[in-house]
Amino acid sequence: MAEEAKTQEEKPQDKRPLVSRVPVKDKEMLDLLLADRGVTYYEEMKKFPVDTEAFKKTLDASCKSRIRTWLKICAHCGMCADTCFFYLANDRDPKQVPSYKIQSTLGEIVKRNGDVDTDFMINCMDTAWGKCTCCNRCGMYCPHGIDMGVMFGYTRGLCFSQGFVPHEMKIGSGMHWIFNAQMDVTVEDYVETCEWMVEENEEYYPGLTIPVDKVGADIMYVVNAREPKHYPQDLAVAAILFHLAGESWTVPSKGWEGTSLAMFAGDWACCKQQVENVYAAMERLKVKRYVGTECGHQHRATITEGPYWAGRKSGDPPVPGLHYVEWVLEALETGKLKLDPAKKIKEPCTLQDPCNYVRNHGLTDVTRKIMSYIAEDFREMSPNREHNFCCGGGGGMNGIGRYRKERNIGLKVKRDQILATGTKFVVSACHNCWDAIRDLEEVYKIGIKWSFLKPILLEMVIVPDHLKPKEEEEGANE
Amino acid sequence: MYEFLSGPMVWIAFIIFIAGSLYRIIYMLQGAKKDKIVFPHMSFKHSVASLIHWMIPFNSRYMRQRPIFTIISFAFHICLVFTPIFLLAHIVLFDESWNISWWHIPDEVADWMAIVVIAGGIFYLLRRLTDPVVNNVTDASDYLLLTITVLPFITGFIAYHQWFDNRTMIILHMIAGEIMLIAIPFTRLSHMLFFVFTRAYYGSESGYIRRSKDW
Ligand code: SF4
Ligand code: SF4
Ligand code: SF4
Repeated sequence: MAEEAKTQEEKPQDKRPLVSRVPVKDKEMLDLLLADRGVTYYEEMKKFPVDTEAFKKTLDASCKSRIRTWLKICAHCGMCADTCFFYLANDRDPKQVPSYKIQSTLGEIVKRNGDVDTDFMINCMDTAWGKCTCCNRCGMYCPHGIDMGVMFGYTRGLCFSQGFVPHEMKIGSGMHWIFNAQMDVTVEDYVETCEWMVEENEEYYPGLTIPVDKVGADIMYVVNAREPKHYPQDLAVAAILFHLAGESWTVPSKGWEGTSLAMFAGDWACCKQQVENVYAAMERLKVKRYVGTECGHQHRATITEGPYWAGRKSGDPPVPGLHYVEWVLEALETGKLKLDPAKKIKEPCTLQDPCNYVRNHGLTDVTRKIMSYIAEDFREMSPNREHNFCCGGGGGMNGIGRYRKERNIGLKVKRDQILATGTKFVVSACHNCWDAIRDLEEVYKIGIKWSFLKPILLEMVIVPDHLKPKEEEEGANE
Repeated sequence: MYEFLSGPMVWIAFIIFIAGSLYRIIYMLQGAKKDKIVFPHMSFKHSVASLIHWMIPFNSRYMRQRPIFTIISFAFHICLVFTPIFLLAHIVLFDESWNISWWHIPDEVADWMAIVVIAGGIFYLLRRLTDPVVNNVTDASDYLLLTITVLPFITGFIAYHQWFDNRTMIILHMIAGEIMLIAIPFTRLSHMLFFVFTRAYYGSESGYIRRSKDW
């Protein structure tokens, strides 16, 4: 008896449910989820009920004219089929046709006004995250402009509100709630990393600084949490290039992170608070412009979609926002950065167009102009520009263990695109694409190399005489 | 029967068609106003650009990728919309009742246009039945709608050629036409009404927000 009482007492603490309809906002819960690695989480999910009443309310409040019209007028023509790389990679599986995917999930939810069950919701989750990267390619090809990418983004939000969200995505939005970053990097950690990177490199680049919270700088530079966490060298190279270009720049302490896993998780409230942090930093530091690192969804979250989350009437962020590639091109064209033409990449190389700033923000020519500065033999993928296929890892897919198999199948399309160019070197100015291409090499072993722009630029940049170290000039790259 | 179908029922069908269409469009626009995203994303320039680009055959990349489908779809939709409006037999009816008339297509041409619609309908039907992709997104309503769309043309074609009992055929033709008019605002055929709007929205979203072309 006594024992039983004891276990009962301990229950609520021990068995804090992992699946829930609310976001993770405390460290303890976050740690529980991290420790679980998804095992119990997905088991619990199988028994987690749908709150149909709440679901109806969410639908009433959020499912507006645009989405309802799209769902209603879809002519079931199937024209969108081969626009989706998942469809192509899965041997033209009819179950991968965008309009089928959306009609069988969101379409049903709307039709049944939220009266669906657990199995249905798990299938929705597996479709919204495991069969779509929200690359928005299908919408471009639908005669009616029906955008399944946008609708899956919305479906993700509905799934999230009911607790049916992949383990890593739940954690991702939790990280944003707790750390204002997609990883557990605090403001102090970040500032320390900045200081550390200066220490490591100032010997080779005298006068190198990473100015934190400098009010009135021209540029506020914002990163992806992976950089301070796993690739601090990226931050160092960014600093070196700004330094060599003679830019007046700064990084914010609070508001330093530009990405938003919350966007991929479908946690709308979290998207808002995340981007507001970055906007607050822009305003606090009174900078002229924002430059975000080589990350596609950072740009989408902060510059393209962020203004709407934050409810900004203008539809623009408080200051103009540039993707890193825009800054690079400007620096090259104005001569702030000078590259040694002798060091241009000699071997044939190709370029990955990340949907998040190409199809979704039109930066098509920018990267091509940069390629003309850095590569002797640049070859286009086909299709390219706004027609390019997703790398295969977007929309959070790279990070979700549950869909690893699906992701690897999806990578085939990009693999074949790269192979068709006949090149062995892929330039990719997007973290996600970079990861996907790395993984595709790991899975399919086609013998390619891949790189961000920063290391390439560092390799080629001419250090002005007055910025050279006293003794001898020597590159500081690894 | 004939009198009713060619008199009051025509009125009823047109009133339902027009009022229903207006209702659907106004309702959609009202809803769109409440949607924080829609109107702030609209841009006249990009709307027009998108519409023009999508109305020119073989202009978008996708149309070039599937030439046969593109030709059939354009031919089908053009004939579907223009044949009934510019058919002499229809205009004569308007002329008789209201004394208004307008340019008409020569009857032989209209005949061919009806054949195009019927052939297109058969093509779509076969496509739905045989292409696994389309089959998978097809449900019963698709066949029903296809029938509703093509039936006025089949019956009209037969009536024009005076096969079978002409009076019965004309009655069937009127019923079919009236059903179609009524169906437009309330079924997926409403893509006819919404095409301009959804295209304009997507064109704006692409051009203005995403700074990309959408064709
Ligand atoms: S989404 Fe567009 S292209 Fe796809 S089936 Fe519907 S109408 Fe056709
Ligand atoms: S958004 Fe991209 S991944 Fe999703 S259905 Fe459309 S084409 Fe496929
Ligand atoms: S990872 Fe790159 S290509 Fe893939 S969805 Fe994101 S931005 Fe697009």
